[in-house]
Amino acid sequence: MLEMIIISSIKVIIVVIAVLTGCAYSTYMERKVVGHMQHRIGPSYAGPFGLLQPLADGVKLIFKEEIIPDNIEKTTYLLAPAISFIPAILTFAVIPFGKDTSFFGFDIPMVLSDLNIGILFVFAVTSLGIYGIVLAGWSSTSKYSMMGAIRSSAQMISYEVGYGLSIIGVILIANTLSLRELIELQMGPLWGTITFLPNWYIFSQPLGFILFLTCAIAETNRSPFDMAEAESELVAGYHTEYSSMKFSMFFIGEYANMIAVSSVGATLFFGGWHGPFLESFPMLSVFYFVAKVIMFMFFYIWLRATFPRFRYDQLMNFGWKVLFPLALLNTMVTAYFVIL
Amino acid sequence: MKDILRAIGNVFLKMPKGFFVTLRHFFKKPVTLDYPRKKKPMTPRYKGRHYLERYDDGTERCVCCGLCAAACPSDCIYMEPAENEKGERYAKIYEINQIRCIYCGFCEEACPEEAIFLGQEYEFSNSDLDSFIMTKDKMLVPHPRKENPFKKMFRRMRKAYGVLDK
Repeated sequence: MLEMIIISSIKVIIVVIAVLTGCAYSTYMERKVVGHMQHRIGPSYAGPFGLLQPLADGVKLIFKEEIIPDNIEKTTYLLAPAISFIPAILTFAVIPFGKDTSFFGFDIPMVLSDLNIGILFVFAVTSLGIYGIVLAGWSSTSKYSMMGAIRSSAQMISYEVGYGLSIIGVILIANTLSLRELIELQMGPLWGTITFLPNWYIFSQPLGFILFLTCAIAETNRSPFDMAEAESELVAGYHTEYSSMKFSMFFIGEYANMIAVSSVGATLFFGGWHGPFLESFPMLSVFYFVAKVIMFMFFYIWLRATFPRFRYDQLMNFGWKVLFPLALLNTMVTAYFVIL
Repeated sequence: MKDILRAIGNVFLKMPKGFFVTLRHFFKKPVTLDYPRKKKPMTPRYKGRHYLERYDDGTERCVCCGLCAAACPSDCIYMEPAENEKGERYAKIYEINQIRCIYCGFCEEACPEEAIFLGQEYEFSNSDLDSFIMTKDKMLVPHPRKENPFKKMFRRMRKAYGVLDK
C-alpha cells in the first residue's frame, strides 16, 4: 500500500513538472514556428537557439510588479487565475501517457488514475476552466475584461455542445469511456482486416475528428477562435487587469489546456501511446504519445499563423448552424452502423 | 443547410490552400539579419566613417590644401596647416564634425592626394556629443583600404599629367 502511494506521488510530480515544462516550451515552439512562418527567426538570444527563453520569461514574470486595481471584487479576482489553471492541469490525471511497465519489480501503470469514466472526467474538468475566465472578467470591473468574459462564456457554451457530440461517435464504436480501453481497442489492424494501418479512430471517424479539432480549438480559446482575448479589439480580454504571476497563471492555463486537448485528441483518434516496436521497447510508447501531442500543438500554431480571427456572429453561426448539425449527423450515422 | 455546405467547401477546398501558403513560407529562409552579432556586408563603395591615409613610409598624405573643405556641401571640415622640419605642409588640425557630415563622399573625390577615405563603418551612436568630432588621431588609424574605381582612374590621370606618388 505504502509503495503504491510513493509510486503515485512520484508519478504525479513527474507529470506536473512535465506538463509545466511542456507549457513553457510550447510558448517557445509557438514563437519559433510562427516566426519562421513569417520569415522571422523567433527568440534566439537566451541560450543556444534561444532555448532558455521560456526560463527568462518565467523569471521576468515572477519579478514583475504585482498591480491590483482598486474597486475590484478582491476574493474572486485572486481566485480566478487558480480556477482557470487547476482544471487544465487536472485533465492529465486520467490521460495514459505510455504502456504499463515494471520498474525495479514494481508494476507501474503509465497513467495517474485509470478511471473507468476517464473521458467523461476530462470533459467535465475542461468545462470548469470557463469559470476562471468568466470570474476574472467579472471581478476585474473593467469593460474590456467583461466583454472578453461574456464572449468567452457564450463561445465555450456553444462549442461545448459540438465538442461533446463530436466524440460520441468514438464512444459508440468503442463502447467504453475508459481511456485505457480506448487505446487498447485502437491497437491491431484497421477494422480487423487492413493490416498495414492501425485501427485508429481517425479512420473510422474522420468527420468526428474534424469536428473535435474545430471545437477543441474553440474550447481552448485559441486563434482563430480567440474572441476572449482578441488583442486587437479588447486589449487583452479577460486578463487585461492582471499582471505578474497572476497573468502567467492564465497563460500557463491556456497552454496546459492546449496540451490537454491535444492529449485527448491523440488518445481518442490517434491511438494514444500506440505505435510500432512497442513489444521490444515499451518506453517508446511515451515517445509516441509526446510526438502525437507535439503534432497537435504544431497544428494549433500552424492554424494561428494561417487564419484571421472569426467575427462574433460568424463564430456563433458556425457553432450552432454548422458544427452542431454535423455533429448530430455524425452521431446518427455512427449509431446506425453500430446497430447494424 | 447552405451554411453547412459552404463550411464543408471551405474546409476541403479553401483552407488547405491557406495552410499550404504558411507551410511553404515555414521552409523559406528567414529574412531576419541577426544584427548586432552578424553584420551586413556593405557594398565596396559604401560611404561610412572617415579615415586619413598615410604613405607607405608613414608620413601623412594630407597636405592641408583645403579642397575637401571647399567641396564639402555641409561645411563640416575644419583644418589648420603647418610645416614639418623638411618644409612639407601637413594638417596640424584636421577635424570632421560627424553630426554635420552627410556622408556624400565629395571630400574623397576632391582630394588630390588620396588622403581621405570614407570607410565601411556605420555605427556612430554615442551619448557624448564631443565624440562626434573626428580628430586626426581617430582618423589616422590603419584600416582596410577600399578599392575605389574612381581612384584608379584619378591615379592614371595624375600619372599622365606627371604628378606622381612618393
